[in-house]
Amino acid sequence: MDAIADFLATYSTTFAIVGINALLALSVWLTLYAGQLTLGNAAFMAIGAYTSALLGRHLGAPFPLALAAGAVAAAALAAPLGLTVFRLRGVYLAIATLAFGEVVRVILLATPITGRGQGLNGIPPKTELWHIYLSLAVVAYVLWRVQGSIAGRAWAAIREDEVAAASQGIAVRRYKLAAFVLGALLAAWAGGLSAHVTFSIDPNDFAFTKAVQILVFAVVGGIPNVLGPVLGATVFTALPELLRPFKDYRDIFQGAILLAVIIYLPRGIVTLAELRKTRRLAEIGAADVA
Amino acid sequence: MLLETRQLSRTFGGVHAVDRVDLAVAAGQAFGLIGPNGAGKTTLINLISGHLRADGGSVLLDGATVTRLAPHELTARGIARTFQGVRLFKGLTVFDNVLVGRHARLRSDVVRRLVPRRSRADPDRERAMGLLERVGLRRRAGALAGELAYGDQRRLEIARALASEPRVLILDEPAAGMNPSESGRLRELMRALVAEGITIVLIEHDVGLVMGTCERVAVLNFGRKIAEGSPAEVRASAAVREAYLGAEDVA
Repeated sequence: MDAIADFLATYSTTFAIVGINALLALSVWLTLYAGQLTLGNAAFMAIGAYTSALLGRHLGAPFPLALAAGAVAAAALAAPLGLTVFRLRGVYLAIATLAFGEVVRVILLATPITGRGQGLNGIPPKTELWHIYLSLAVVAYVLWRVQGSIAGRAWAAIREDEVAAASQGIAVRRYKLAAFVLGALLAAWAGGLSAHVTFSIDPNDFAFTKAVQILVFAVVGGIPNVLGPVLGATVFTALPELLRPFKDYRDIFQGAILLAVIIYLPRGIVTLAELRKTRRLAEIGAADVA
Repeated sequence: MLLETRQLSRTFGGVHAVDRVDLAVAAGQAFGLIGPNGAGKTTLINLISGHLRADGGSVLLDGATVTRLAPHELTARGIARTFQGVRLFKGLTVFDNVLVGRHARLRSDVVRRLVPRRSRADPDRERAMGLLERVGLRRRAGALAGELAYGDQRRLEIARALASEPRVLILDEPAAGMNPSESGRLRELMRALVAEGITIVLIEHDVGLVMGTCERVAVLNFGRKIAEGSPAEVRASAAVREAYLGAEDVA
């Protein structure tokens, strides 16, 4: 038992980050499953992190309330943003959401209350491991059930063919917006949790690199089911730790794994057991995430 | 009249794709829409189903103006359609395609699904299976829609459209790519649907199929309606012959 306790104590930060990254990966899964490539989730994460930390510091808000306020703030911002950017598709949508992330970062850099370039320091470590893993369990379960629901099928239909989806009575814009807002909510929740793990945050924690990292977790893990993003986040967060002995070559290993997955498992690691279906989908030229 | 267009118009950069077209489709009718390539048939259908905005004129469904409604709202009100060149959800199963087609008639089940219960008989799933049976695709229910042969894809698209329980079913060249026996079965299916009270608007290149199925036919050419009437009347129209065969042959 002591050995296990030691292990947990030594790696508790790693475990925390794995869980938070899994939540972030699930936040971008929502839009990806509906066929929409958005890269704004690092910014929503920042909004959750700063809002919850500032509320705790200046108003003494209880931790759960501060987390919830951060999530709601991100969702409230995502709604009007989504109404605007979902006029765009594909790579244009990705660029627009990325630009939004840059705007958020620059505002954080320029605002006194967010600590400008220094960010916020001395954030109390209120996040317990069980907060993270309870959140993850609840979110993963809900998304799994949603995937098989009418809404989940509507998202899949939108991904396959928007025009035909509208023709089946699906309110396409409303469904896209719902996926985007829920994703923002989730990313901000994860951001709040992460701020209270890491002691300090600054605007560059939530920049372009973070947005791409979140996307890589989800895509490498696989979009066809909710286990994919969780698995992708786990592998890509734990890997640097496992590869510590080969420190100098770590980035090379990571890059090689990324390449291998994209080439040989284009639908993600979770589809290892369904290579035949991947081939069938490729043959008929279907959207390649289903 | 169940479905009407009044002076419906749409231009594309100066070209009058649909030019002041009046149509009146009675409930329970099979209505044919024919015309040479580029006559504006598909544009007209896109205007009616909400996929294109009209520049002028109006669309009425059961007397109510529906000109500005979005496609999904029109589906909820009872207009379903298929597409020229087939637009299925290729990566979803045949069965799921039909279930998605039922979207307009379903109520959200997210909350219900969060508490798993033992599965009960689901009338919507049974209905979807029944529709697949009807178009002869029951055995392929688990296949991916994109894997079906072209004729089967067309029939699946019709089953998907029927899943929304439409009052008006618009079929855009449903027989394209079908062999004679398949198009014969399609004709039977359309007749059965009309007998059940579904109104059909049929756009077809195969004039024989239109003449054999529809009680009333309208002819478009260069965006204008040039003739309308029973198949026999349309066949006798000089304007129609001119449109199809060229002016010189008429004399």
